[in-house]
Amino acid sequence: MTEPVLTVENVTMRFGGIVANQNVNFKVDKGAITALIGPNGAGKTTLFNCITGFYRASEGRIVLSTAEGPRDIGALLSRPIVGGSHLVTRAGIARTFQNIRLFREMTVVENLLVAQHLDTEANLLSGVFKSAVFRRAEAEAVERAFYWLGQMNLVDDANRLAGELPYGRQRRLEIARAMCTSPRLICLDEPAAGLNPAETIELSEVIQRLRADHDLTVMVIEHDMHLVMSISDHVVVFDHGVVIADGTPKEVANDPAVVAAYLGVEEKEVAE
Amino acid sequence: MDFYILAQQLVNGITLGSIYGLIAVGYTMVYGVIRMINFAHGDVYMVSAYVAAITLAVLHSFGVDSVPFAIISVLVVTCFITGVYGWTIERVAYRPLRGSTKLAPLISAIGISLMLQSYVQVAQGARDQGVPVLVSGALRLGTDKDFAQITYMQLVILVASFVAMAILTYLISYTTLGRQCRATQQNRHISAVLGVNTDRIISSVFVIGAATAAVGGVLVTFNYGSFNFFIGFVMGIKAFTAAVLGGIGSLPGAILGGLVLGLTEALFAGYVSTDYKDVFAFALLIVILFFRPYGLLGRPEIQKV
Repeated sequence: MTEPVLTVENVTMRFGGIVANQNVNFKVDKGAITALIGPNGAGKTTLFNCITGFYRASEGRIVLSTAEGPRDIGALLSRPIVGGSHLVTRAGIARTFQNIRLFREMTVVENLLVAQHLDTEANLLSGVFKSAVFRRAEAEAVERAFYWLGQMNLVDDANRLAGELPYGRQRRLEIARAMCTSPRLICLDEPAAGLNPAETIELSEVIQRLRADHDLTVMVIEHDMHLVMSISDHVVVFDHGVVIADGTPKEVANDPAVVAAYLGVEEKEVAE
Repeated sequence: MDFYILAQQLVNGITLGSIYGLIAVGYTMVYGVIRMINFAHGDVYMVSAYVAAITLAVLHSFGVDSVPFAIISVLVVTCFITGVYGWTIERVAYRPLRGSTKLAPLISAIGISLMLQSYVQVAQGARDQGVPVLVSGALRLGTDKDFAQITYMQLVILVASFVAMAILTYLISYTTLGRQCRATQQNRHISAVLGVNTDRIISSVFVIGAATAAVGGVLVTFNYGSFNFFIGFVMGIKAFTAAVLGGIGSLPGAILGGLVLGLTEALFAGYVSTDYKDVFAFALLIVILFFRPYGLLGRPEIQKV
């Protein structure tokens, strides 16, 4: 558990004059469940966006260790001509979103198929003429899609439009879709938001199963403290764009700075 | 007698409409993936007419006499060359501006449109150019005095448009590329996060749009026999109208919009006045958009907060 999958070094993200993240440092261990917590607006999602290549961090480095060696996220984004967020996904980082973003007009299984074919580029001619390689890749993709539908208990909905599904299932579908990219690291942005207690328990089981069975490292942003404390190995606490605590759930829960950020304190207490 | 006039106008309208539909596809697909009106698309169509004529001349100089072979090879070559134009335009004029304001690529599209017109005008001359009639004759229905006819060239247009639309529909609905196109259309950023190379998809869409317009260009060229550097403007406006009418962003909408526009023009020209057919067609557009602001098959864009 000592080898870090993701190293975040001195990351600062600015939007004009607004500093969303300042000098953030932490490591995510392989096979761990790492939770990012903090009040709304603390910069958790911004950092997620930097890690997953949605944004390019203004300063600092985010390095993913892959089977082929370390990959610098910023370098993937700025690689000339072919660079872009899709390379980050191909390097092995997948994510879900705070407000669900499925392809609502496509079927459930199509949502999962889009997330595949990462290695074999879609090619106009091979698609039209259905070459043998193409057919095999397609069959594998469908098989994998159904595997994840099975894992997420969504097989019955395979041919429904994603936008028609009830909310809880859309959440599960989003995780299935992220898993179809065969990630090493999955970033879940508030996966329990809007779920009822039973669904939240199911979600925590799903997350733990993903880690146990699929050699996966999980990062999660979550406000449900019960969920965070019960599943995570490592908690990083943000406030106003900076990391104010970093440690095991127990350490963090007793950290005075964390308590202050969540509950608020008198000004003079902070000064002390 | 009335029956024959009606039948004739329907035939003319459907033929014209399928051409509008072919060109509208380029507008609607490009709008779908990058929310931009590609004003240069009409001129890409114009270029394809010239490419078709040149290809035909080259084939003729090699002594190719078979008409079906000539039509098919002109179609293939023109689609390919026009596709290269589409790819290059996107690469040079639109991609560098992606991420800047929404208006910037619109202006550069107008620039490309003017550039193509001037370039063709200088290179090929401003006068009308022509190609010989390849397919003549017609199927006639009725007596010698009252009849409706469908020319063999119109049949070729209908068949070729149908085949092009069928290939396109298959491509979009059942291939990986099509799936990625649809995903990119729904949300470009999410597609990128799922590993789809969206730049490549956008390029493909431009190539597909240009190639489809080229099918239209070849057919119109062979049908009317003459063209000039300015034909792209009116055709572009008409096809854009068809795309909006059908619901911009929707592929079946573009085809339907093209057919509705073509039929309206033909019927109006046949029964009321040829001079006012465009006025009526655009008036219809206004009326339809009044009742269905998103077009016949379009869907409103939902803004979530």
